Amino acid sequence: MEKKRTLAGLSIGETAVVKEVRGESSITKRLMEMGIIPGVSIEVIKTAPFGSPIQVRLRGYNLAIRRNEAEFVEIIP
Amino acid sequence: MKDSFIKVGDSPSEIVVALAGNPNAGKTTLFNALTGLRQKVANYPGVTVERKEGIWKTKDLSLQLIDLPGLYSLEATSIDEQIALDVLTGKIKGLTTPSVVIAVVDATNLERNLYLVTQLIEKETPLVIALTMVDEAEKNGLNIDTEKLSQMLGVSVVAVTASTGRGLDELAKAVKANIGKKTKVPERLQSENNDHTSRIFKRYSFIAEVVQQSVSYGGQRDHKLSDKIDKVLTHRFWGLVILFFVLLIVFQAIFSWASIPMEFLDKAFGNLADLARTHLPAGIIADLVADGIIAGVGAVLVFLPQILILFLFISILEDTGYMARAAFLMDKIMSKFGLHGKAFLPLISSFACAIPGIMATRTIENPRDRLTTILIAPFMSCSARLPVYTVMIAAFFSDQTILGFISIGAVLMLAMYLLGISAAILIAFILKKTLLKSPPPPFVMELPPYRLPAFKNIIQNMLLRGLLFVKRAGTIILLISMILWALAYFPRYETENNEITEVEKASEQIRHSYAGQLGHLIEPVIKPLGFDWKIGIALISSFAAREVFVSTLSIIYNVGKDQNENNSNLVEAIRIAKKDDGSPAWTPLTALTLMVFYVLAMQCMSTVAVVRRETNSWKWTLLMIAYMTILAYTAAFLTHQIGSLFLKG
Repeated sequence: MEKKRTLAGLSIGETAVVKEVRGESSITKRLMEMGIIPGVSIEVIKTAPFGSPIQVRLRGYNLAIRRNEAEFVEIIP
Repeated sequence: MKDSFIKVGDSPSEIVVALAGNPNAGKTTLFNALTGLRQKVANYPGVTVERKEGIWKTKDLSLQLIDLPGLYSLEATSIDEQIALDVLTGKIKGLTTPSVVIAVVDATNLERNLYLVTQLIEKETPLVIALTMVDEAEKNGLNIDTEKLSQMLGVSVVAVTASTGRGLDELAKAVKANIGKKTKVPERLQSENNDHTSRIFKRYSFIAEVVQQSVSYGGQRDHKLSDKIDKVLTHRFWGLVILFFVLLIVFQAIFSWASIPMEFLDKAFGNLADLARTHLPAGIIADLVADGIIAGVGAVLVFLPQILILFLFISILEDTGYMARAAFLMDKIMSKFGLHGKAFLPLISSFACAIPGIMATRTIENPRDRLTTILIAPFMSCSARLPVYTVMIAAFFSDQTILGFISIGAVLMLAMYLLGISAAILIAFILKKTLLKSPPPPFVMELPPYRLPAFKNIIQNMLLRGLLFVKRAGTIILLISMILWALAYFPRYETENNEITEVEKASEQIRHSYAGQLGHLIEPVIKPLGFDWKIGIALISSFAAREVFVSTLSIIYNVGKDQNENNSNLVEAIRIAKKDDGSPAWTPLTALTLMVFYVLAMQCMSTVAVVRRETNSWKWTLLMIAYMTILAYTAAFLTHQIGSLFLKG
């Protein structure tokens, strides 16, 4: 069984392409509406001092997402 | 589902134009530039969402401009978005359906900003795009062909620079040309599919095509400057250090620097009251005007320096983009308590005074997060509680130390602060589990590029907030202060005794007044806390403001009206005060109990007024008063009862 990699698991400086945004919740919807949809390229810029949130960059802008929210975002390994 | 919203206003001045756009896109700056100070801010019924309207005077028409809350999407996941939708479909009572919408689009962030635009297009909304930050985009190597953009979207696009006024005339022209004109939905956006996920994909692929055709990159999309600054400002260690200092400065400003104008205002109103006395016939009229009305108005205006200063800082922090960084740094801690990262500044400010702190919660976009923060802000021990703590400590705890050098007084002060914080955490937790229970709102917060704030905008925002406070909260504060004055003033105490001093007379007056009677009335209830009816009077009158407790006690104990907490006569009077049965009215335990009570009780009419206005709901306000009263009473009860057991045994 292949291990699913999520945005939460990426290290600083890594870029990945989004595969899928899991779940049905309002978090999922919000992430997608902000442009995190399959095919988009997303880069992890930084982590906040206590481990959460993380700062990512996509579509030319910076977004802060809590680590548990980032786990909804599956990326292509 | 297609709801189209179009309506032509009944008369030229009733044409309503709505301003929609992402947060940080420059929407408020544009709104300010178009309306100047012709703005009106209220709340939508029953919610914490702000309703901002203004008049936009163009060459031949006056348009009613309504500033929608900053949105990322029209598909309502939160109250803000639902309200925006309601405004656009004409569901808000008393607000005509907008005849045209101006979508504010940030040129440096085109793709995501266009998402909202695609939703507006889908609804066939009459639309004009105001493209902001074009200069910044060009500096970053982005070249936007506004003609092509307009053509591909089927919507007029006008580049604007709100701070200089560039493009505003063109914007007015475009708006007038589009009043009531339905937008044609481009084929590529049309979809029979109602599944919202596939609609999101469809919108973004449409946007990708539009952007590809109309935007050319002259170089790397540049985040260099912002990244450099962030290296320090969101650094694991230095970021926090800097944040600490920023908060310290803000706090210091509200706590100390504001006190200069506040003292000035205090004196000015005191002089005004004296002036009134000398010119009015002695008696009820003079007292009403001097101690009732003037004092009441003074009680409102005394908050202005703190509010103006706090909002000066907030405007600067927000407009530069630092606020988002502060929230980024603090979110982990704040979310542990069910709060949003942005709650940090309002809560810290509340340690100086909850009134500007509560007003500051408007920076929290999500209404549920905002409400929670508002409801717990009063637990942060504000500066008005200090005189109460000080006098109690001076009376009974001043000489004692632990470990030989740490004064008990300091320990108690700290304990009171911690008690307040603990209560806040508890209530936040309970709220999260019960009344405000729902899946936690997404944090997902943009970190905008660092920008130099527009000076004019900052001053405008600051003055607006001050004005709003006076208008919205001022009336309630004035009303309550008059009522409290009347309670202590009536019935009039008359005596034929000529040897009675002014001070003694004042004391008799308050004891026999309605406030005094109320004190007697509540005595059975406060007896288990160790308080007698005279303390009861002080509890009642300090609803005006916590520090009034000190001056009321002074009057009751014949020390005189103008004493403060550092007055040794008052301290002495407290130590020797007796209950009706001759036993001491105050013991160290009573003093401690009183402090505990003041940490937790809602003893501030101004806070009530501001909470009522910011939540736009009596329900939440009364709920807050209820749980604070219950908490205060219970804690004081336990303190006194358990303390008594210890002392007896």
